[in-house]
Amino acid sequence: MTYDPIRQFKGYLDFAGKVGLFAVRAARRAVVPPFEGVMIWRGIEEVGWKSLPLVLASGFALGVVLTLHTRSSLVRFGAEAMIPTFQAVAFFNEIGPLVVGLLVAGRVGAGIGASLADMRVTEQIDAIEAFSIDSFKLFVVPRIIACVVSLPILTVFMDIAGLLGGYMAEQSHSHLSASLYLSRAFSLINWADFIPPTLKTSVFGLIIGVISCYFGYTTNEGSAGVGRASTNSVVLSSLLIILADVTLVKLIFFFFPDTAS
Amino acid sequence: MTDLLTPAVAFEGVSKSFDNRAVLQEVSFAIAPGESLCIMGRSGIGKTVSLKLMIGLIKPDRGSIRIRGENIVGMNEDKLSITRRQMGFLFQSGALFDSFTLNDNLRLPLERFTTKSKGEIDSLIQKRLDDVGLGKDRHKMPADLSGGMRKRAGLARALILDPCILLVDEPSSGLDRVTAGEIDALLVSIKEAKKTTMVIITHDPFGARRVGDRIAVIDQGRLLAIGTAGDLERSESALVRALISEKE
Repeated sequence: MTYDPIRQFKGYLDFAGKVGLFAVRAARRAVVPPFEGVMIWRGIEEVGWKSLPLVLASGFALGVVLTLHTRSSLVRFGAEAMIPTFQAVAFFNEIGPLVVGLLVAGRVGAGIGASLADMRVTEQIDAIEAFSIDSFKLFVVPRIIACVVSLPILTVFMDIAGLLGGYMAEQSHSHLSASLYLSRAFSLINWADFIPPTLKTSVFGLIIGVISCYFGYTTNEGSAGVGRASTNSVVLSSLLIILADVTLVKLIFFFFPDTAS
Repeated sequence: MTDLLTPAVAFEGVSKSFDNRAVLQEVSFAIAPGESLCIMGRSGIGKTVSLKLMIGLIKPDRGSIRIRGENIVGMNEDKLSITRRQMGFLFQSGALFDSFTLNDNLRLPLERFTTKSKGEIDSLIQKRLDDVGLGKDRHKMPADLSGGMRKRAGLARALILDPCILLVDEPSSGLDRVTAGEIDALLVSIKEAKKTTMVIITHDPFGARRVGDRIAVIDQGRLLAIGTAGDLERSESALVRALISEKE
């Protein structure tokens, strides 16, 4: 079989078109009643609440590690007083949002892809359609909304856990008080450093929700499709989150120039 | 408008193919109100497809499918939705929503399509679960049920809106003969009590004879034979006789 780059490129475009139409369908169905509040709440519980321990533990560990690394560098320049500031800027602007996106893509993206694919394979989606209940609205739209809503909230917890980890690491070295650590941490932080990067994770949530629901809902390969949907959801969501992050950071710099300086 | 002379379900020249493989070819039959028809045939010849065509989950390439006189092919979603509510579907695996308890599995269609109060819904769910012997398992998750219990729970859900047509996909698959017999007995009791029209896909000749008024045999996409068990025993086709034979 010969490699045909044009055909492959057309395949990518075809896939992108299908995912785009899937996202548009979700957006259109989201604004039509019934609004499936119970299912959205269940989704938030699954995406947000059940991801919280992972996010808190990761944030805390990253906070410790980041402080240990920056301390060894900044001490050389006599700038250890900047450690809390550096920690806060790094977490609020980039580490918190991006790590939450990637963690949730791994935990939730795989789960959504696999569970929807399993529902397709075990005829649960057919069963709901047999009752003339819109399976897309019941099972897909709430999961996407849950991802969009949960990620910014998880990011706030990640930021807090990161600062806490950083403080614990710093305190063990320099016995810095919590109030001084916090005042240094927030000395260079303004709302523009916190709100836009936190809200950009809603876009990450949209990516995770749409991609994983697309792979799960459209699978037609039997039980093999369940594993494939799970893997593809994680891989593509993670890749798109990183790519989207580049664009979103540029947009934040454009609309909030102070954050770039 | 429907009456006793209008078939509950009628296939008229129905054809369906997937990826250029013909699954059904020019299949025609009619099922009278209150009658139960068992469809038999070798695995993978489109029996389940017939059921999914009847409830409009898939569309035929040609032909018409009439449910109580109304052709559902090309019917708009709103009308199809109303027609579907006259039908219940027991899927082969039960197809219970695995993130819902049994209670919520049965509650969902009642909340969507009836104006019953919470108390009425609760008592109806309890009654349906009692009918299938799962009254004490109301708050269990599907994963906590055995295969036979899932089938019975699926049957309770299929009956929750009091359908006049019940579609059943392989009620005995994966079950021992005793449990399969219990499911068959449930189907017979529903048929006798409610005069529900039933279409049952089965590989089990015992169940087919017990539940079905007539048996249809499909092979290579075509309707090979249709009639009572006695008629089919006298069929010229060896396949038909073999499929309905009670000998192992």
